[in-house]
Amino acid sequence: MSEPKIVLDEDDIRRTLVRIAHEVVEKNNGRPVALVGIHRRGAFLANRLHQLVCDLLDQQVPLGDIDIAFYRDDIASRRPDPHVNASNLDFRLEDYTVVLVDDVLYTGRTVRAAIEALFDYGRPQRVQLAVLADRGHRELPLRPDYVGKNLPTARAERVNVRVAEIDGVDEVTITELEEAFA
Amino acid sequence: MMRHLLSINDLDRQGIEQILDRAKTFTEVSEREIKKVPALRGRRVLNLFYESSTRTRSSFELAAKSLSADVINFAASGSAVDKGESLKDTVQTLSAYRPDLIVIRTPFVGAAELVAGWTTAGVVNAGDGKHEHPTQALLDVYTLRERLGSLEGANIWIVGDITHSRVARSCILAFQMMGAKVTVAGPPTLIPRGMEALCEVRYDLDDLAEADVVYALRMQNERMTDSFVPSLREYAARYQIDGRRLHPRQVLMHPGPVNRGVELAAEVIDSPQAVIGQQVEAGVVVRMAVLYDLLTGRNAPKPAITTAVPA
Repeated sequence: MSEPKIVLDEDDIRRTLVRIAHEVVEKNNGRPVALVGIHRRGAFLANRLHQLVCDLLDQQVPLGDIDIAFYRDDIASRRPDPHVNASNLDFRLEDYTVVLVDDVLYTGRTVRAAIEALFDYGRPQRVQLAVLADRGHRELPLRPDYVGKNLPTARAERVNVRVAEIDGVDEVTITELEEAFA
Repeated sequence: MMRHLLSINDLDRQGIEQILDRAKTFTEVSEREIKKVPALRGRRVLNLFYESSTRTRSSFELAAKSLSADVINFAASGSAVDKGESLKDTVQTLSAYRPDLIVIRTPFVGAAELVAGWTTAGVVNAGDGKHEHPTQALLDVYTLRERLGSLEGANIWIVGDITHSRVARSCILAFQMMGAKVTVAGPPTLIPRGMEALCEVRYDLDDLAEADVVYALRMQNERMTDSFVPSLREYAARYQIDGRRLHPRQVLMHPGPVNRGVELAAEVIDSPQAVIGQQVEAGVVVRMAVLYDLLTGRNAPKPAITTAVPA
Protein backbone atom coordinates (compact mmCIF):
# COMPACT_ATOMS: atom_id res chain seq x y z
CA MET A 1 0.00 0.00 0.00
CA SER A 2 1.26 3.49 -0.87
CA GLU A 3 1.76 6.35 1.61
CA PRO A 4 -1.62 7.90 2.40
CA LYS A 5 -2.21 11.24 0.69
CA ILE A 6 -4.13 13.69 2.87
CA VAL A 7 -7.00 15.29 0.94
CA LEU A 8 -8.84 16.87 3.89
CA ASP A 9 -7.24 17.77 7.20
CA GLU A 10 -8.86 18.77 10.49
CA ASP A 11 -9.47 22.39 9.46
CA ASP A 12 -10.80 21.37 6.04
CA ILE A 13 -13.28 18.98 7.66
CA ARG A 14 -14.44 21.59 10.15
CA ARG A 15 -14.97 24.19 7.40
CA THR A 16 -16.67 21.62 5.19
CA LEU A 17 -19.15 20.67 7.89
CA VAL A 18 -19.92 24.33 8.57
CA ARG A 19 -20.66 24.83 4.85
CA ILE A 20 -22.86 21.71 4.69
CA ALA A 21 -24.76 22.90 7.79
CA HIS A 22 -25.49 26.22 6.06
CA GLU A 23 -26.61 24.38 2.90
CA VAL A 24 -28.93 22.11 4.90
CA VAL A 25 -30.56 25.12 6.57
CA GLU A 26 -30.80 27.07 3.30
CA LYS A 27 -32.13 24.21 1.20
CA ASN A 28 -34.82 23.26 3.70
CA ASN A 29 -35.92 26.84 4.12
CA GLY A 30 -37.69 26.51 7.47
CA ARG A 31 -38.97 22.94 6.94
CA PRO A 32 -38.42 20.69 9.97
CA VAL A 33 -35.22 18.68 9.48
CA ALA A 34 -33.71 15.79 11.38
CA LEU A 35 -30.20 14.39 11.03
CA VAL A 36 -29.49 10.67 10.94
CA GLY A 37 -25.92 9.38 10.82
CA ILE A 38 -25.00 6.07 9.24
CA HIS A 39 -22.83 3.99 11.58
CA ARG A 40 -20.03 4.18 12.33
CA ARG A 41 -18.28 7.34 11.20
CA GLY A 42 -21.34 8.90 9.65
CA ALA A 43 -22.90 8.93 13.11
CA PHE A 44 -20.05 11.05 14.50
CA LEU A 45 -20.20 13.42 11.54
CA ALA A 46 -23.98 13.71 11.97
CA ASN A 47 -23.44 14.58 15.61
CA ARG A 48 -21.17 17.49 14.68
CA LEU A 49 -23.42 18.61 11.85
CA HIS A 50 -26.36 18.49 14.25
CA GLN A 51 -24.64 20.90 16.62
CA LEU A 52 -23.91 23.31 13.76
CA VAL A 53 -27.48 23.14 12.37
CA CYS A 54 -28.97 23.67 15.85
CA ASP A 55 -26.73 26.73 16.33
CA LEU A 56 -27.75 28.17 12.96
CA LEU A 57 -31.47 27.59 13.57
CA ASP A 58 -31.19 28.51 17.24
CA GLN A 59 -33.35 25.50 18.07
CA GLN A 60 -32.94 21.79 18.74
CA VAL A 61 -33.55 19.46 15.81
CA PRO A 62 -33.79 15.67 16.19
CA LEU A 63 -30.66 13.56 15.83
CA GLY A 64 -30.54 9.81 15.25
CA ASP A 65 -28.23 7.12 14.03
CA ILE A 66 -28.78 4.00 12.03
CA ASP A 67 -26.88 0.76 11.53
CA ILE A 68 -27.31 -0.86 8.15
CA ALA A 69 -25.48 -4.14 8.82
CA PHE A 70 -28.71 -6.16 8.57
CA TYR A 71 -29.80 -4.39 5.39
CA ARG A 72 -26.76 -4.95 3.19
CA ASP A 73 -27.29 -6.71 -0.13
CA ASP A 74 -23.90 -8.43 0.09
CA ILE A 75 -24.53 -9.99 3.48
CA ALA A 76 -23.96 -13.51 2.23
CA SER A 77 -20.47 -12.80 0.97
CA ARG A 78 -19.24 -10.64 3.84
CA ARG A 79 -17.83 -11.68 7.16
CA PRO A 80 -20.53 -10.81 9.73
CA ASP A 81 -19.67 -7.41 11.14
CA PRO A 82 -18.60 -7.93 14.73
CA HIS A 83 -19.51 -4.31 15.55
CA VAL A 84 -23.18 -3.96 14.86
CA ASN A 85 -24.65 -0.98 16.69
CA ALA A 86 -28.23 -0.55 17.75
CA SER A 87 -30.01 2.14 15.76
CA ASN A 88 -31.41 5.13 17.63
CA LEU A 89 -34.36 6.89 16.05
CA ASP A 90 -36.57 8.15 18.84
CA PHE A 91 -38.59 10.71 16.90
CA ARG A 92 -41.45 10.47 14.41
CA LEU A 93 -39.85 10.34 10.97
CA GLU A 94 -43.16 11.39 9.38
CA ASP A 95 -42.73 14.91 10.74
CA TYR A 96 -39.32 15.61 9.20
CA THR A 97 -37.07 15.88 6.20
CA VAL A 98 -34.36 13.42 7.17
CA VAL A 99 -30.79 14.21 6.20
CA LEU A 100 -28.80 10.97 6.08
CA VAL A 101 -25.14 11.59 6.88
CA ASP A 102 -22.27 9.34 5.84
CA ASP A 103 -18.53 9.67 5.52
CA VAL A 104 -17.88 8.41 1.98
CA LEU A 105 -20.28 7.87 -0.90
CA TYR A 106 -18.99 5.17 -3.23
CA THR A 107 -21.20 2.57 -4.93
CA GLY A 108 -24.36 3.80 -3.23
CA ARG A 109 -25.18 0.41 -1.71
CA THR A 110 -24.75 1.62 1.85
CA VAL A 111 -27.13 4.52 1.21
CA ARG A 112 -29.68 2.19 -0.40
CA ALA A 113 -29.52 0.00 2.70
CA ALA A 114 -29.84 3.04 4.96
CA ILE A 115 -32.94 4.24 3.12
CA GLU A 116 -34.48 0.77 3.46
CA ALA A 117 -33.63 0.72 7.16
CA LEU A 118 -35.07 4.20 7.60
CA PHE A 119 -38.38 3.14 6.07
CA ASP A 120 -38.66 0.31 8.59
CA TYR A 121 -38.99 3.04 11.21
CA GLY A 122 -41.41 5.28 9.37
CA ARG A 123 -42.03 7.40 6.31
CA PRO A 124 -40.05 10.64 6.36
CA GLN A 125 -41.43 13.62 4.43
CA ARG A 126 -38.30 13.46 2.28
CA VAL A 127 -34.81 12.00 2.55
CA GLN A 128 -31.67 13.93 1.68
CA LEU A 129 -28.08 12.75 1.67
CA ALA A 130 -25.01 14.51 3.03
CA VAL A 131 -21.55 13.01 2.57
CA LEU A 132 -18.12 14.23 3.55
CA ALA A 133 -16.54 12.76 0.41
CA ASP A 134 -17.96 11.49 -2.88
CA ARG A 135 -15.49 9.21 -4.60
CA GLY A 136 -17.67 8.23 -7.57
CA HIS A 137 -18.07 4.72 -9.04
CA ARG A 138 -21.81 4.62 -8.34
CA GLU A 139 -23.57 1.31 -8.94
CA LEU A 140 -27.03 2.66 -8.14
CA PRO A 141 -28.90 5.75 -9.34
CA LEU A 142 -28.19 7.83 -6.24
CA ARG A 143 -26.99 11.41 -5.94
CA PRO A 144 -25.99 13.27 -2.78
CA ASP A 145 -27.67 16.57 -1.88
CA TYR A 146 -24.69 17.88 0.09
CA VAL A 147 -21.08 16.99 -0.73
CA GLY A 148 -18.06 17.94 1.35
CA LYS A 149 -15.53 17.15 -1.36
CA ASN A 150 -15.71 15.39 -4.70
CA LEU A 151 -12.78 13.00 -4.90
CA PRO A 152 -12.14 11.52 -8.35
CA THR A 153 -10.61 8.13 -7.53
CA ALA A 154 -9.65 4.91 -9.20
CA ARG A 155 -11.28 1.71 -7.93
CA ALA A 156 -7.81 0.57 -6.92
CA GLU A 157 -7.61 3.39 -4.41
CA ARG A 158 -9.05 3.47 -0.91
CA VAL A 159 -10.55 6.54 0.73
CA ASN A 160 -10.00 6.52 4.48
CA VAL A 161 -12.00 8.82 6.73
CA ARG A 162 -10.75 9.16 10.28
CA VAL A 163 -12.65 11.03 12.95
CA ALA A 164 -11.28 12.26 16.26
CA GLU A 165 -13.98 10.52 18.31
CA ILE A 166 -12.71 7.04 17.46
CA ASP A 167 -9.51 7.49 15.46
CA GLY A 168 -7.95 10.32 17.45
CA VAL A 169 -7.59 12.53 14.39
CA ASP A 170 -9.80 14.22 11.78
CA GLU A 171 -8.58 13.56 8.25
CA VAL A 172 -9.49 12.08 4.88
CA THR A 173 -6.72 10.28 3.04
CA ILE A 174 -6.37 8.29 -0.17
CA THR A 175 -4.17 5.23 -0.42
CA GLU A 176 -3.35 3.20 -3.46
CA LEU A 177 -3.83 -0.52 -3.01
CA GLU A 178 -0.84 -2.56 -4.13
CA GLU A 179 -3.12 -5.32 -5.44
CA ALA A 180 -3.92 -2.98 -8.30
CA PHE A 181 -0.44 -3.59 -9.64
CA ALA A 182 -0.32 -7.31 -8.91
CA MET B 1 -16.69 -19.22 11.37
CA MET B 2 -18.93 -22.13 12.34
CA ARG B 3 -21.23 -23.96 9.94
CA HIS B 4 -23.20 -25.85 12.58
CA LEU B 5 -24.05 -25.38 16.23
CA LEU B 6 -24.28 -28.88 17.67
CA SER B 7 -22.70 -28.36 21.07
CA ILE B 8 -21.52 -25.55 23.29
CA ASN B 9 -18.06 -27.00 22.66
CA ASP B 10 -18.36 -25.70 19.08
CA LEU B 11 -17.77 -22.28 20.63
CA ASP B 12 -15.19 -20.70 22.87
CA ARG B 13 -15.66 -17.80 25.25
CA GLN B 14 -14.97 -15.23 22.53
CA GLY B 15 -17.46 -16.95 20.23
CA ILE B 16 -20.13 -16.92 22.92
CA GLU B 17 -19.49 -13.25 23.65
CA GLN B 18 -19.71 -12.37 19.97
CA ILE B 19 -23.11 -14.11 19.65
CA LEU B 20 -24.40 -12.42 22.81
CA ASP B 21 -23.15 -8.99 21.72
CA ARG B 22 -24.97 -9.42 18.44
CA ALA B 23 -28.07 -10.66 20.26
CA LYS B 24 -27.99 -7.42 22.23
CA THR B 25 -28.18 -5.42 18.99
CA PHE B 26 -31.24 -7.46 17.98
CA THR B 27 -33.13 -6.33 21.09
CA GLU B 28 -33.48 -2.97 19.38
CA VAL B 29 -35.11 -4.71 16.39
CA SER B 30 -37.58 -6.44 18.75
CA GLU B 31 -38.61 -3.07 20.14
CA ARG B 32 -39.41 -1.46 16.77
CA GLU B 33 -42.86 -1.11 15.33
CA ILE B 34 -41.71 -3.24 12.38
CA LYS B 35 -39.86 -6.03 14.18
CA LYS B 36 -38.04 -7.28 11.12
CA VAL B 37 -34.81 -6.76 9.22
CA PRO B 38 -34.01 -8.21 5.79
CA ALA B 39 -30.71 -9.80 6.80
CA LEU B 40 -31.70 -13.38 5.85
CA ARG B 41 -34.09 -12.61 3.01
CA GLY B 42 -34.19 -15.53 0.60
CA ARG B 43 -32.80 -18.02 3.12
CA ARG B 44 -34.77 -21.10 4.12
CA VAL B 45 -34.86 -22.43 7.64
CA LEU B 46 -36.36 -25.84 8.33
CA ASN B 47 -37.57 -26.47 11.87
CA LEU B 48 -37.53 -30.22 12.34
CA PHE B 49 -39.11 -31.14 15.67
CA TYR B 50 -39.44 -34.73 16.80
CA GLU B 51 -40.45 -33.70 20.32
CA SER B 52 -42.98 -31.30 21.77
CA SER B 53 -41.72 -27.80 22.28
CA THR B 54 -43.28 -24.43 23.03
CA ARG B 55 -40.45 -22.00 23.70
CA THR B 56 -37.66 -23.37 21.54
CA ARG B 57 -39.77 -23.98 18.47
CA SER B 58 -41.68 -20.72 18.57
CA SER B 59 -38.58 -18.66 19.32
CA PHE B 60 -36.60 -20.25 16.46
CA GLU B 61 -39.52 -19.55 14.15
CA LEU B 62 -39.86 -15.98 15.35
CA ALA B 63 -36.08 -15.46 15.13
CA ALA B 64 -35.97 -16.67 11.53
CA LYS B 65 -39.01 -14.60 10.53
CA SER B 66 -37.62 -11.50 12.25
CA LEU B 67 -34.60 -11.84 9.96
CA SER B 68 -36.89 -12.28 6.93
CA ALA B 69 -35.97 -15.93 6.34
CA ASP B 70 -38.58 -18.34 5.00
CA VAL B 71 -39.52 -20.97 7.57
CA ILE B 72 -40.74 -24.51 7.02
CA ASN B 73 -42.10 -26.10 10.18
CA PHE B 74 -42.03 -29.86 10.41
CA ALA B 75 -43.48 -31.77 13.34
CA ALA B 76 -42.93 -35.52 13.45
CA SER B 77 -46.42 -36.29 14.69
CA GLY B 78 -48.85 -36.25 11.82
CA SER B 79 -46.04 -36.68 9.27
CA ALA B 80 -44.66 -39.66 7.34
CA VAL B 81 -42.68 -40.50 10.50
CA ASP B 82 -45.95 -41.98 11.76
CA LYS B 83 -45.80 -44.28 8.74
CA GLY B 84 -42.32 -45.46 9.67
CA GLU B 85 -40.09 -43.04 7.75
CA SER B 86 -36.63 -42.91 9.28
CA LEU B 87 -34.86 -39.76 10.44
CA LYS B 88 -32.36 -40.05 7.60
CA ASP B 89 -35.08 -40.45 4.95
CA THR B 90 -37.02 -37.54 6.41
CA VAL B 91 -33.95 -35.28 6.37
CA GLN B 92 -33.05 -36.29 2.84
CA THR B 93 -36.63 -35.80 1.67
CA LEU B 94 -36.87 -32.35 3.21
CA SER B 95 -33.41 -31.47 1.87
CA ALA B 96 -35.05 -31.49 -1.56
CA TYR B 97 -36.59 -28.16 -0.50
CA ARG B 98 -33.01 -26.87 -0.28
CA PRO B 99 -33.04 -25.46 3.25
CA ASP B 100 -30.03 -23.35 4.19
CA LEU B 101 -30.36 -24.32 7.82
CA ILE B 102 -32.01 -27.16 9.72
CA VAL B 103 -32.99 -26.62 13.34
CA ILE B 104 -33.50 -30.06 14.82
CA ARG B 105 -34.87 -31.38 18.08
CA THR B 106 -35.04 -35.10 18.69
CA PRO B 107 -35.16 -37.50 21.62
CA PHE B 108 -32.06 -39.24 20.16
CA VAL B 109 -28.62 -38.40 21.53
CA GLY B 110 -26.25 -37.41 18.72
CA ALA B 111 -29.00 -37.03 16.10
CA ALA B 112 -28.07 -33.43 15.27
CA GLU B 113 -24.52 -34.49 14.49
CA LEU B 114 -25.78 -37.31 12.26
CA VAL B 115 -28.07 -34.90 10.40
CA ALA B 116 -25.13 -32.55 9.81
CA GLY B 117 -23.50 -35.39 7.89
CA TRP B 118 -26.58 -36.04 5.72
CA THR B 119 -27.21 -32.53 4.46
CA THR B 120 -25.35 -29.60 2.95
CA ALA B 121 -27.41 -27.22 5.12
CA GLY B 122 -26.14 -25.82 8.38
CA VAL B 123 -27.54 -27.59 11.44
CA VAL B 124 -28.53 -26.21 14.83
CA ASN B 125 -29.06 -28.65 17.66
CA ALA B 126 -32.25 -27.56 19.42
CA GLY B 127 -31.96 -30.47 21.85
CA ASP B 128 -30.93 -34.07 21.25
CA GLY B 129 -32.22 -36.36 23.97
CA LYS B 130 -30.22 -36.08 27.17
CA HIS B 131 -27.18 -34.73 25.37
CA GLU B 132 -27.15 -30.97 24.67
CA HIS B 133 -29.24 -27.87 24.05
CA PRO B 134 -26.66 -25.20 23.17
CA THR B 135 -29.00 -22.31 22.35
CA GLN B 136 -30.72 -22.69 25.74
CA ALA B 137 -27.31 -22.32 27.42
CA LEU B 138 -26.53 -19.26 25.30
CA LEU B 139 -29.78 -17.54 26.23
CA ASP B 140 -29.17 -18.39 29.87
CA VAL B 141 -25.70 -16.83 29.73
CA TYR B 142 -27.25 -13.80 27.99
CA THR B 143 -29.91 -13.48 30.72
CA LEU B 144 -27.30 -13.72 33.48
CA ARG B 145 -25.00 -11.26 31.74
CA GLU B 146 -27.88 -8.78 31.61
CA ARG B 147 -28.63 -9.35 35.30
CA LEU B 148 -25.13 -9.66 36.78
CA GLY B 149 -23.01 -7.82 34.24
CA SER B 150 -20.59 -10.75 34.07
CA LEU B 151 -20.51 -14.43 34.99
CA GLU B 152 -16.85 -14.21 36.02
CA GLY B 153 -16.59 -15.69 39.53
CA ALA B 154 -20.37 -16.19 39.88
CA ASN B 155 -21.39 -19.22 41.94
CA ILE B 156 -24.13 -21.08 40.04
CA TRP B 157 -26.03 -24.05 41.48
CA ILE B 158 -27.93 -26.25 39.05
CA VAL B 159 -30.53 -28.19 41.04
CA GLY B 160 -32.59 -31.22 40.13
CA ASP B 161 -32.59 -33.92 37.49
CA ILE B 162 -29.10 -33.62 36.03
CA THR B 163 -29.09 -37.11 34.52
CA HIS B 164 -31.85 -36.47 31.99
CA SER B 165 -31.07 -32.81 31.37
CA ARG B 166 -29.50 -31.63 28.12
CA VAL B 167 -29.92 -28.10 29.45
CA ALA B 168 -27.69 -28.93 32.42
CA ARG B 169 -24.95 -30.32 30.17
CA SER B 170 -24.87 -27.31 27.89
CA CYS B 171 -25.21 -24.86 30.77
CA ILE B 172 -22.36 -26.39 32.80
CA LEU B 173 -20.04 -26.04 29.79
CA ALA B 174 -21.19 -22.52 28.93
CA PHE B 175 -21.20 -21.17 32.50
CA GLN B 176 -17.70 -22.54 33.12
CA MET B 177 -16.48 -21.12 29.80
CA MET B 178 -17.70 -17.71 30.96
CA GLY B 179 -15.76 -17.97 34.24
CA ALA B 180 -18.49 -19.13 36.64
CA LYS B 181 -18.10 -21.80 39.33
CA VAL B 182 -20.75 -24.48 38.82
CA THR B 183 -22.22 -26.83 41.42
CA VAL B 184 -24.85 -29.44 40.64
CA ALA B 185 -27.21 -30.63 43.35
CA GLY B 186 -29.90 -33.28 43.41
CA PRO B 187 -30.71 -36.82 44.44
CA PRO B 188 -27.81 -39.27 43.84
CA THR B 189 -30.06 -41.21 41.45
CA LEU B 190 -30.40 -38.13 39.23
CA ILE B 191 -26.73 -37.14 39.05
CA PRO B 192 -24.66 -39.12 36.54
CA ARG B 193 -21.56 -40.96 37.71
CA GLY B 194 -18.33 -39.12 36.99
CA MET B 195 -19.96 -35.69 37.34
CA GLU B 196 -17.32 -34.76 39.94
CA ALA B 197 -14.77 -34.54 37.13
CA LEU B 198 -16.80 -31.73 35.55
CA CYS B 199 -17.97 -29.66 38.51
CA GLU B 200 -18.77 -29.75 42.22
CA VAL B 201 -21.54 -32.17 43.23
CA ARG B 202 -23.90 -31.92 46.23
CA TYR B 203 -26.69 -34.23 47.24
CA ASP B 204 -28.52 -31.76 49.47
CA LEU B 205 -29.32 -28.05 49.50
CA ASP B 206 -27.79 -27.31 52.94
CA ASP B 207 -25.28 -24.84 51.46
CA LEU B 208 -27.54 -23.34 48.81
CA ALA B 209 -27.04 -19.92 50.42
CA GLU B 210 -23.53 -19.92 48.83
CA ALA B 211 -25.08 -19.59 45.39
CA ASP B 212 -25.42 -16.33 43.48
CA VAL B 213 -27.65 -18.07 40.97
CA VAL B 214 -30.01 -21.01 41.52
CA TYR B 215 -30.90 -22.81 38.31
CA ALA B 216 -33.75 -25.26 38.91
CA LEU B 217 -34.37 -28.05 36.41
CA ARG B 218 -37.64 -29.69 35.49
CA MET B 219 -38.35 -33.21 36.70
CA GLN B 220 -38.46 -34.95 33.32
CA ASN B 221 -41.06 -37.62 33.82
CA GLU B 222 -41.15 -38.35 30.08
CA ARG B 223 -37.49 -39.47 30.10
CA MET B 224 -37.66 -41.49 33.31
CA THR B 225 -38.11 -45.16 32.72
CA ASP B 226 -37.10 -46.24 36.24
CA SER B 227 -37.97 -45.02 39.71
CA PHE B 228 -35.32 -42.40 40.32
CA VAL B 229 -37.16 -40.81 43.26
CA PRO B 230 -39.64 -42.45 45.64
CA SER B 231 -42.25 -39.81 44.81
CA LEU B 232 -42.49 -36.26 43.52
CA ARG B 233 -43.76 -35.20 46.93
CA GLU B 234 -40.60 -36.52 48.58
CA TYR B 235 -38.45 -34.91 45.88
CA ALA B 236 -40.20 -31.59 46.50
CA ALA B 237 -39.68 -31.87 50.25
CA ARG B 238 -35.90 -32.22 49.82
CA TYR B 239 -35.09 -30.28 46.66
CA GLN B 240 -37.88 -27.84 45.87
CA ILE B 241 -36.73 -24.21 45.67
CA ASP B 242 -39.18 -22.28 47.82
CA GLY B 243 -39.28 -19.03 49.75
CA ARG B 244 -37.33 -20.55 52.64
CA ARG B 245 -34.49 -21.84 50.51
CA LEU B 246 -34.16 -18.92 48.09
CA HIS B 247 -32.23 -15.96 49.46
CA PRO B 248 -33.41 -12.46 48.39
CA ARG B 249 -30.03 -11.67 46.76
CA GLN B 250 -30.08 -14.83 44.60
CA VAL B 251 -31.15 -15.02 40.97
CA LEU B 252 -33.57 -17.83 40.13
CA MET B 253 -33.60 -19.48 36.71
CA HIS B 254 -35.56 -22.30 35.10
CA PRO B 255 -35.55 -23.42 31.45
CA GLY B 256 -39.29 -24.12 31.45
CA PRO B 257 -41.79 -25.58 31.42
CA VAL B 258 -42.07 -25.47 35.22
CA ASN B 259 -43.73 -28.20 37.25
CA ARG B 260 -45.28 -25.83 39.78
CA GLY B 261 -45.08 -27.22 43.26
CA VAL B 262 -42.41 -29.79 42.32
CA GLU B 263 -39.04 -28.17 41.55
CA LEU B 264 -40.29 -24.64 42.25
CA ALA B 265 -42.84 -23.32 44.72
CA ALA B 266 -45.36 -20.87 43.33
CA GLU B 267 -44.13 -18.01 45.52
CA VAL B 268 -40.63 -18.03 44.00
CA ILE B 269 -41.79 -18.31 40.38
CA ASP B 270 -43.41 -14.91 40.68
CA SER B 271 -40.72 -13.37 42.86
CA PRO B 272 -38.44 -10.53 41.68
CA GLN B 273 -35.45 -12.91 41.87
CA ALA B 274 -36.90 -15.07 39.09
CA VAL B 275 -35.68 -14.28 35.56
CA ILE B 276 -37.71 -17.04 33.90
CA GLY B 277 -39.60 -14.53 31.74
CA GLN B 278 -36.35 -12.82 30.74
CA GLN B 279 -34.95 -16.21 29.69
CA VAL B 280 -37.88 -16.70 27.30
CA GLU B 281 -37.45 -13.15 25.97
CA ALA B 282 -33.72 -13.71 25.44
CA GLY B 283 -34.51 -16.85 23.44
CA VAL B 284 -35.58 -14.88 20.38
CA VAL B 285 -32.67 -12.44 20.16
CA VAL B 286 -30.05 -15.08 20.96
CA ARG B 287 -31.46 -17.40 18.30
CA MET B 288 -31.57 -14.50 15.84
CA ALA B 289 -27.85 -14.01 16.50
CA VAL B 290 -27.12 -17.73 16.01
CA LEU B 291 -29.07 -17.88 12.73
CA TYR B 292 -27.41 -14.69 11.52
CA ASP B 293 -23.92 -15.97 12.27
CA LEU B 294 -24.56 -19.34 10.63
CA LEU B 295 -26.24 -17.95 7.52
CA THR B 296 -24.07 -14.97 6.70
CA GLY B 297 -20.47 -14.70 5.69
CA ARG B 298 -18.19 -16.53 3.35
CA ASN B 299 -18.57 -19.96 4.92
CA ALA B 300 -22.35 -19.91 4.94
CA PRO B 301 -24.18 -22.35 2.67
CA LYS B 302 -25.02 -20.88 -0.73
CA PRO B 303 -28.52 -19.36 -0.79
CA ALA B 304 -31.15 -21.86 -1.83
CA ILE B 305 -32.90 -19.19 -3.85
CA THR B 306 -30.89 -17.34 -6.44
CA THR B 307 -32.29 -14.17 -7.85
CA ALA B 308 -31.87 -13.84 -11.57
CA VAL B 309 -29.91 -10.73 -12.41
CA PRO B 310 -31.39 -8.92 -15.37
CA ALA B 311 -28.95 -8.41 -18.21
